[in-house]
Amino acid sequence: MNINIDNLTKSYENNKVLNDININLKNITSLAIIGPSGGGKSTLLRILAGLEKPDKGNIKINDWNILFNEKYLKTYRKNIGMLFQAYNLFPHISAIRNITLPLEEVHKINKKEAFKKAQSLLERFQLSKHSNKRPDKLSGGQKQRVAIARALALNSEFLLFDEPTSALDPELTMEVLDMINNLRKENKDLILVTHEMGFARKACEYTIFISEGKIIEHGESERIFTSPKSKELKRFLGKLFQWH
Amino acid sequence: MEIEESINKTNNKEGLFKRLFISDSENISTKKRLFNGLLIFLLLVFVFIFSIEKIGYDMRWGAVFKYKHKFILGFKMTFLLSFFSLFTSLIIGSFFTVASRSKFLPLYYLYRFYVAMIRGTPFLVQIYVFFYVIGTAFNLTNRYIMGIIILSLFSGAYVTEIIRSGIEGISKSQLETSDSLGFNTYQKYRYIIIPQVIKKITPPLAGQFLSLVKDSSLLSVIAVNELTKNIQEADSLNFASIENYLLLAGLYMIITIPLSYLSKLLERKFSYEY
Repeated sequence: MNINIDNLTKSYENNKVLNDININLKNITSLAIIGPSGGGKSTLLRILAGLEKPDKGNIKINDWNILFNEKYLKTYRKNIGMLFQAYNLFPHISAIRNITLPLEEVHKINKKEAFKKAQSLLERFQLSKHSNKRPDKLSGGQKQRVAIARALALNSEFLLFDEPTSALDPELTMEVLDMINNLRKENKDLILVTHEMGFARKACEYTIFISEGKIIEHGESERIFTSPKSKELKRFLGKLFQWH
Repeated sequence: MEIEESINKTNNKEGLFKRLFISDSENISTKKRLFNGLLIFLLLVFVFIFSIEKIGYDMRWGAVFKYKHKFILGFKMTFLLSFFSLFTSLIIGSFFTVASRSKFLPLYYLYRFYVAMIRGTPFLVQIYVFFYVIGTAFNLTNRYIMGIIILSLFSGAYVTEIIRSGIEGISKSQLETSDSLGFNTYQKYRYIIIPQVIKKITPPLAGQFLSLVKDSSLLSVIAVNELTKNIQEADSLNFASIENYLLLAGLYMIITIPLSYLSKLLERKFSYEY
């Protein structure tokens, strides 16, 4: 995946959340975005997902030169997958229907095929026995895994994860991270906003550190975590590992 | 021994009380339902009969029966008025819900004024204004069609607010997810919003439709020949007021009880078991 961001700026009511973000990455398969809460990392991801419009700046991901008009964004969103912190399965339909509905309606795949596809994904992630349950009958980890299966079923070009495990307890977190790691092994490109530093370090090739609306530091994950250069990153990591 | 026996006795007593009156599970037995339902029904009937006896009122059902054609005529009319107004108010309510969410400001303000005026003024005033001022000015003089329009406009304001609040109850994150999955606006409403909204608004909507049936009685003031008006006329002839109005209540219930039963059915149908 190639990512090229130029002069990206976004503010909410005079509060600059992203302040002139610039980055140029080539052939990245997995990218972690880390940083303190409120630093702008989720906003960046939401802009990359086409859910939020920047005030100015250009974004190019692979061949997508993202134009922020509804028509362009509709096509763009169809081709990428976004996973949210709160899973966001539709509550009124079963787990499997959550997967087949966008397949049938958005991607015009016939019912039989959509069902088959959904079933095989659920099976692969050991979720088949939950396929007819509604989301409120599933655990947080199961919900998130169904949501990931849904994104995978759509055959997206790449996947975006917005803190996919921050609402889960440690055990379920592992469950979901394992699943995400599986995707990575299949060379599914992904961008991940996360608080799981271990995962960012070991499972992601490249890491960006964002604080106060700016990219403070970026580099190969191993390097970022073993020899941080900026004092902000040093302080951030120092605080995190205080109790380790 | 004695103490034990008395404990047993109270236990038995409590056991009987519990068996007869206390709801203990999801599935209360039909016998238990029937028993408790009948108990309350008979109690109410008793209070009523006792009161009638006490004031020494002499029921004359024969005098009511004499005017049965009026009751039948009125019942039919009320039924038809309610039936058409129910659908029309649903259409009006849906239209103003769209208006309430419109980015086109004139439409949005039309919604604001409509709801504020209808909900903020007495229905009686609205009937007079619509019929005698607007109706006369625009030469709309058919009282039945005007009756349906007026009743629907009145009820529609409440329906609007019910549907609107139902839609607003759908979390923003669900709409965002639909966007990120690539749903277009039609698909978003058809598959995500409307199924959830229908379930959510069925109970308050049923309440609103019950009110609509009863509110139709006020149309008697513009001489719409509905149930209440017919009974008032019968009353001025046979002077059997209590009998007339009791029957009136019963006739309204013939419409309202199936309506609330229907809403329960709908609610169950749209409960999330697919």
